[in-house]
Amino acid sequence: MIWEKNKECMSREDLEQLQLERLQSTVYRVGTHVPFYRSKFNEQKLEYDRISSLADLSRLPFTLKQDLRDNYPYGLFAVPLREVVRVHSSSGTTGSATVVGYSKNDIKTWSNLVARVLCGAGVTHDDVIQIAFGYGLFTGGFGLHYGAELLGASVIPISAGNTKRQIQIMQDFKTTALVCTPSYALKMADVMMDMGVNPHGLSLRYGLFGAEPWSESMRREINERLGIRSTDNYGLSEVMGPGVAGECEECNGLHINEDHFLVEVIDPDSLEPVKPGEVGELVITTLTKEAFPVIRYRTRDLTMLMPEPCPCGRTFQRMSRIMGRTDDMLIIKGVNVFPTQIESILFDIEGTKPHYQLVVERENNEDKLTVMVEAVESLFFDAMKKQRALVDMIKKRMASELGIGVEIKLVEERTLERFNGKGSRVIDKRVL
Amino acid sequence: MLKIRNLESGYGKLKVLKHISMHVDTGEIVTIIGANGAGKTTLLSTISGLVKVGSGEIVFNGKSIRGLSPSKIPALGCVMVPEGRQVFATMTVEENLILGGHVIQKKGKKVLAELLEHQYQLFPILKERRSQLAGTLSGGEQQMLAMGRALMSRPSLVMMDEPSTGLAPLIVREIFQIIERLREEGNTVLLVEQNAKAALSIADRGYVLETGKVIVQGPAEDLLANSAVQRAYLGREKFDE
Repeated sequence: MIWEKNKECMSREDLEQLQLERLQSTVYRVGTHVPFYRSKFNEQKLEYDRISSLADLSRLPFTLKQDLRDNYPYGLFAVPLREVVRVHSSSGTTGSATVVGYSKNDIKTWSNLVARVLCGAGVTHDDVIQIAFGYGLFTGGFGLHYGAELLGASVIPISAGNTKRQIQIMQDFKTTALVCTPSYALKMADVMMDMGVNPHGLSLRYGLFGAEPWSESMRREINERLGIRSTDNYGLSEVMGPGVAGECEECNGLHINEDHFLVEVIDPDSLEPVKPGEVGELVITTLTKEAFPVIRYRTRDLTMLMPEPCPCGRTFQRMSRIMGRTDDMLIIKGVNVFPTQIESILFDIEGTKPHYQLVVERENNEDKLTVMVEAVESLFFDAMKKQRALVDMIKKRMASELGIGVEIKLVEERTLERFNGKGSRVIDKRVL
Repeated sequence: MLKIRNLESGYGKLKVLKHISMHVDTGEIVTIIGANGAGKTTLLSTISGLVKVGSGEIVFNGKSIRGLSPSKIPALGCVMVPEGRQVFATMTVEENLILGGHVIQKKGKKVLAELLEHQYQLFPILKERRSQLAGTLSGGEQQMLAMGRALMSRPSLVMMDEPSTGLAPLIVREIFQIIERLREEGNTVLLVEQNAKAALSIADRGYVLETGKVIVQGPAEDLLANSAVQRAYLGREKFDE
């Protein structure tokens, strides 16, 4: 199902014309309305009223998270506060908070883009959608909420937390679509087991997960355990919130809403674009945001573009699921390691649970990565031999796939911290 | 249908259009709004070939029309309804209309007669006045004649320059209703207007021109809700809503 066929399936040529027009007016507007951008443009002697092609994008300065912090709270707004009808603040996972604003038109656009994502995932106005993202300053809850209402679905704005109640309501209200983080979906599956609820007896059919990186194996696990089809969606508050990109029913890459966002994938070190199909840092320029436009925002999220056409008929190019963040990328013994890689390996191994924690230490000037992973209960009653065999097997897999040796520590089920929202599974104890 | 990229043009040393990009898709009403002297008419005149392009591209139905002589462009399906009507005052209404159909004359008398009949359906008043001299028509009737004359060539894009100029509010409403009907019949319209409110209320999308630059663009309903557009062009402040 396609929410706005005339947009989502437009020809690349028409799209490029539209993107150019919108880029020109966005750059002109931030140049005239936002002192931060005006001074950056002036420094570079960039004529911001003479952007001539999409390729000119590469001449524009980047915007960093730090720029948002430096202009806290309203410094980067492009309209007076009286035009702002909503303010959100980023979760601040990695440092102090940042503030973003929305005009009336921005809220309308946002709802529409989220409706596209929901529709792409298969949700319709007949669905009952349980939004288990936090409602509040975090964009997840409200973003999905407005989109789901626009779509015409029945919205249960339950917000995050109180898992037992979530499941109770899911049963009683006959929820058909669940919105939350992928790790919370797994937690729900755990709690369902505790409560003696059979997930396959529920009305649940769709899961829309986002706000943290996850893996293909995690998707399989969620799909099997909850008996649903889960799709990935992507967004970040600095750019808008959810609705930037989302998977269609093909479940193979997220369609970027390219008529509203211009994306680049760059090498985070050289800042040059990567070759097509290579992994790099996602950089986003908003094309229609009124209150809080951003130019070349460095997301720190790692992905790759998939420009080849999708069987679903949408012409917007896809990006792969987020493979990690440039800033939670671990460099261990000089090797780049992403927690998601480790997660993916663990999922494929029988006897472990999908909960893990990574501890990085430095001993005698050498990096040591310890993977703490929950093992199924039965292993702890069994002979040490089985445990050791499992540890050896994981070690071998890690060594061959990551290219480094790691320590494995099995822990009992439910001893590692669970994350309801975003959280870091990495404890880096190294003093560099 | 029409794609313009980085267009610059003007009169001699005077640059009027500064780096304009815009497009019109088939079946749309797109409006260009802006104050006097913003460059709206210059834009239409540049598309029609009456004003020379300084730099940039104008692509009409996949073909560059930059530098074509003004007499060639209507034959490609891009016609203009000029500001102030400019009907041939000493000719009859019907003669004016037939003149508008000159580019399809070779298709035969039957086609021409059908087209003529179609215009009379769209503008019944013109049928009543068919043998009257155009100069004796009222302002609103002359506007309708100018529109009918343009439509006689079965254009794929109709560009209208300030159709509301000098007309009584009631007539303006009628003219805009007719423009909406043109879209319903499958026509594509590029409408230049100072009457921003009226234009945006019938248009699909709009571009706001200020001193030769596009300062805002987007869906017409978004522009109507845009506070900067409201203050500058719709004569409305937030607090007196």
